[in-house]
Amino acid sequence: MEHIVIIGNGISGVAAARHIRKLSDKRITIISAETDHFFSRTALMYIYMGHMKYEHTKPYEDWFWKKNRIELKNAFVQTVDHQNNQLVFADGSTMSYDKLILAVGSKPNKFGWPGQDLDGVQGLYAKQDVDLMEQYAPNNKVCKRAVIVGGGLIGIEMAEMFHSRNIPVTFLVREESFWNGVLPDGESGMINREIERNHIDLRLSTNLVEILADENGKARAVTTDKGDTIECDIVGLTPGVSPNIDFLKESGIELGRGIKVNRHLETNIPNIYAIGDCAEQHEPIGNRRPIEAVWYTGRMMGETVAQTICGNRLEYKPGHWFNSAKFFDIEYQTYGWVFSTRACPDCDANFHWIHKDDDKCITVAFNKDTKEFVGINTFGIRMRHEIFDRWLTEKRDVNYVMEHLKDANFDPEFYSQYEKEIVSQFNAENGTNIQVKKKSWKRIFSNA
Amino acid sequence: MKVIKNIGLVIFLAGLSIFTAVVFVGTFKLEQSTFDEYVKNNNIKSELFIDAINKDVVGKEFNGMFALSPVIAQALETANAQHIKNKEWGKRIFSKPRDMAAALGKPAGSGFITNNKGIMWLLTFGLGILGALMFILPNVILLGRKGIKNNGIYLESATNRGWIAWLVFIFLVSFYLVLYFAPQYAVNWTYLVDPISKTLSGNPAGHWFVYGFMYCTVMTVMAVRMYIKYRHNMYQVVRTTSVLFFQIVFAFLIPELMGRLQGSYNKGYDFKNAFPLDYDFFFSWNLKELIDGGGLGLFILVWGIVLTLVIVPVMVYFFGKRWYCSWVCGCGGLAETLGDPYRQHSSKSLFSWKVERWLIHAVLVFAILMTAMTLYGFFAETRTVLGIKVQAVMNTYSLLIGAVFAGVIGTGFYPIFGNRVWCRFGCPLAAYLGFVQRFKSRFRITTNGGQCISCGNCSTYCEQGIDVRAYAQKGENIIRSSCVGCGVCSAVCPRGVLKLENGPEAGRINPTQVLLGNDVDLMDLVNNK
Ligand SMILES: Cc1cc2nc3c(=O)[nH]c(=O)nc-3n(C[C@H](O)[C@H](O)[C@H](O)COP(=O)(O)OP(=O)(O)OC[C@H]3O[C@@H](n4cnc5c(N)ncnc54)[C@H](O)[C@@H]3O)c2cc1C
Ligand code: SF4
Repeated sequence: MEHIVIIGNGISGVAAARHIRKLSDKRITIISAETDHFFSRTALMYIYMGHMKYEHTKPYEDWFWKKNRIELKNAFVQTVDHQNNQLVFADGSTMSYDKLILAVGSKPNKFGWPGQDLDGVQGLYAKQDVDLMEQYAPNNKVCKRAVIVGGGLIGIEMAEMFHSRNIPVTFLVREESFWNGVLPDGESGMINREIERNHIDLRLSTNLVEILADENGKARAVTTDKGDTIECDIVGLTPGVSPNIDFLKESGIELGRGIKVNRHLETNIPNIYAIGDCAEQHEPIGNRRPIEAVWYTGRMMGETVAQTICGNRLEYKPGHWFNSAKFFDIEYQTYGWVFSTRACPDCDANFHWIHKDDDKCITVAFNKDTKEFVGINTFGIRMRHEIFDRWLTEKRDVNYVMEHLKDANFDPEFYSQYEKEIVSQFNAENGTNIQVKKKSWKRIFSNA
Repeated sequence: MKVIKNIGLVIFLAGLSIFTAVVFVGTFKLEQSTFDEYVKNNNIKSELFIDAINKDVVGKEFNGMFALSPVIAQALETANAQHIKNKEWGKRIFSKPRDMAAALGKPAGSGFITNNKGIMWLLTFGLGILGALMFILPNVILLGRKGIKNNGIYLESATNRGWIAWLVFIFLVSFYLVLYFAPQYAVNWTYLVDPISKTLSGNPAGHWFVYGFMYCTVMTVMAVRMYIKYRHNMYQVVRTTSVLFFQIVFAFLIPELMGRLQGSYNKGYDFKNAFPLDYDFFFSWNLKELIDGGGLGLFILVWGIVLTLVIVPVMVYFFGKRWYCSWVCGCGGLAETLGDPYRQHSSKSLFSWKVERWLIHAVLVFAILMTAMTLYGFFAETRTVLGIKVQAVMNTYSLLIGAVFAGVIGTGFYPIFGNRVWCRFGCPLAAYLGFVQRFKSRFRITTNGGQCISCGNCSTYCEQGIDVRAYAQKGENIIRSSCVGCGVCSAVCPRGVLKLENGPEAGRINPTQVLLGNDVDLMDLVNNK
């Protein structure tokens, strides 16, 4: 029986295993050195915050694997010996495979800062990182202040984590506004204010210079390029992630920043595939980046590679881009492409609406000339994925989107609705006279 | 703020301690005239019992019900035993010893508690309410900005099955045991609320009045907690208001005020309590009372039948069973207020789901068979059906399901097994509503395409133990008979994936094509193999 070995028990590896099992009877083994069972990395913050225990982050009960004949192995793969179709583990033992899927994920970036390897300096990626936080920052007595370096999604999650235990946080962000490489200015500004409303000491346009140690080799302060020294007991480094491929350097598998794959997620070596955070496309797909380190794409790649391995060779063809996140109490969803003011100062027109409470806003991007709708960012208002996906496929124009905005609303019942306000501002700015249509179930379900 | 909270806790615990201590104290002295009147009103024919009470109880002072109760119980049991031996059926007393003790104990109370009901109310309920509010209100500030703040739930003893949770568990279970199986020890509590009961119904309070009053008080105070915790979420605010309204007005005030009615039917009736949750509605004694109860009695009879057969299923069709279970029902109301801090303890395992389906449907079958027997017995005017004593079946159900399951386990186990143990594993009405919701309803929890990140918040905080994530991460809508539509999965989801809504039945289950983000061709393959 063909033996499929998957390195990595994250979302991509597990999605692949599950779908291979659905499609075939092949022998499947998943290897990971992190945890015995698949858990949701995206929920790590909630373990520290006390919303959940580690147990709750496991999407499948422990019996699931045996029942579905998916073998699990907790071990670290030292090298991949593709000539002999064999893996070598840290303890010297080996395992042979017929097909190998690399789903090895990412590791946190470190940019060679002095002191970056001290005790009490850490990223947030693995389960073990949460244990470390628990050790160095259990409460605000042991940890008087935390410093976070790097203004991305994981940085702000870490800020929220410390904040939940009333630990004062200083947040160093290189950019002049939070995440403004991705978000348009209006939104980025609102998130800056949300961070400050939560009493985070947000320092924009500020870089880390050095992390200082105490006599025990533990971080005690950081210095910044503004000349400040900030006393602290823990330093969170969150300047992004990069593919976790060090152990593959000598393997003969083609590497760039990540593991190079074609549209079929095949590497240069036959029978070896790469999916999830660690895979790097030779050519970016549409507006996507060549490495997509998000949950959803990992899942999609896993589904795709399973088809290929089970004899139906498929291209990885992600549909329209979508993503979501949460910034303290503000939820964020995006569908299609809305570019930041920095990334694309004049490629599309952006319509921006912000609520007077400063906790809800949307940005709708559309082509200036054709009026074609190209994407939406929504903060504090939930919207329907399927509706926007359909509108993008149908290449609806922005007026249509505005008119039918109520169809897309996904907020819980009894919530205030803002479509009228949004559209009247749109009308005023664009000289249109669009009337918001009532929500129609018929339209919502008209897809089939 | 923290200080206010701590003072509040101390005050609350003081109130609770006094409330508990009250059970053990008090002076009881049964006057001759009171006893004679009781004998007359209740038509007691056992001279053995009357003599024993006259000799051992009347005119004597007892310290606490723990001293008085055994004497009365002893008298009753000895008298009955003798009558049975002598085959003097007419003289037998049918009251249970504990009920007799409570009935004679109540008018016998004297001393500080009975003379200072107002003060005692303030020292128990008053301190409890004040302390609890002082504990809860600072959360407006302490919780931080509005939004989901489940911070520390799994770090704290009270909400993580620590020693505090176990103490609460012991307290709640003991309270229910007294209520159902030893009401004579609740006599002192009844004095505390006598003035309120007199104002409402004109009658002195019994232990069920204590329970009803306390139920409303606890729900109100804990609803304040809900309002603060979910102040960003209008669904929760509206729902909490609704469930509180139905408890106070329908379950408490209206039945009490009905006690004042002069007509032939003056028993309290909870107009929202639908059969088979209201399991004794079709018991023959109830039917007799309703039929003999004039216009109002007949109206209630018709209403009760229409409620169960028409209103309940039609409403479930349009809104899901949530309209009852988390908007109207009293059991649900307590679960959604007092029980909210414990919602995460419901087990999400597949095994629990199996147990749930067996148990709840077994209770439903039990309730229906029992009702069939009582109805047959009622119309055929017989006490045995198929050789089984109807009364014995009714007693078994009342004891096992009505008292132990719904009360002791249902509420007592909140801190350990979560707040919906009864609703999930036992309530026959929930089982009935569940069928309708599963097979013929417009209600569903819509999953928002591929946005789920499998974080597990929704499953963790589902009080009904539904593994919501298992559906959401596949892009499937959640259509489960057990869902009570509390809306908390949707509230805690950090990615805006879940929405409770009522829509057309077509497309409810797997609406259109499940969209996870991949190209549609692949979704075809993923779905159709
Ligand atoms: C804190 C945090 C929050 C996030 N939140 C979001 C979010 O909200 N939305 C979103 O879209 N994305 C989010 N992400 C990103 C998302 O979690 C990742 O994109 C996704 O988990 C990647 O999955 P994967 O299967 O590719 O790899 P991983 O989940 O990283 O799995 C790889 C596994 O392989 C193991 N492994 C690697 N090398 C070896 C070896 N040599 N031997 C043995 N085992 C090995 C690793 O230990 C690891 O367990 C978040 C990430 C983090 C860290
Ligand atoms: S809470 Fe939301 S994102 Fe998390 S598992 Fe549930 S549906 Fe998915």
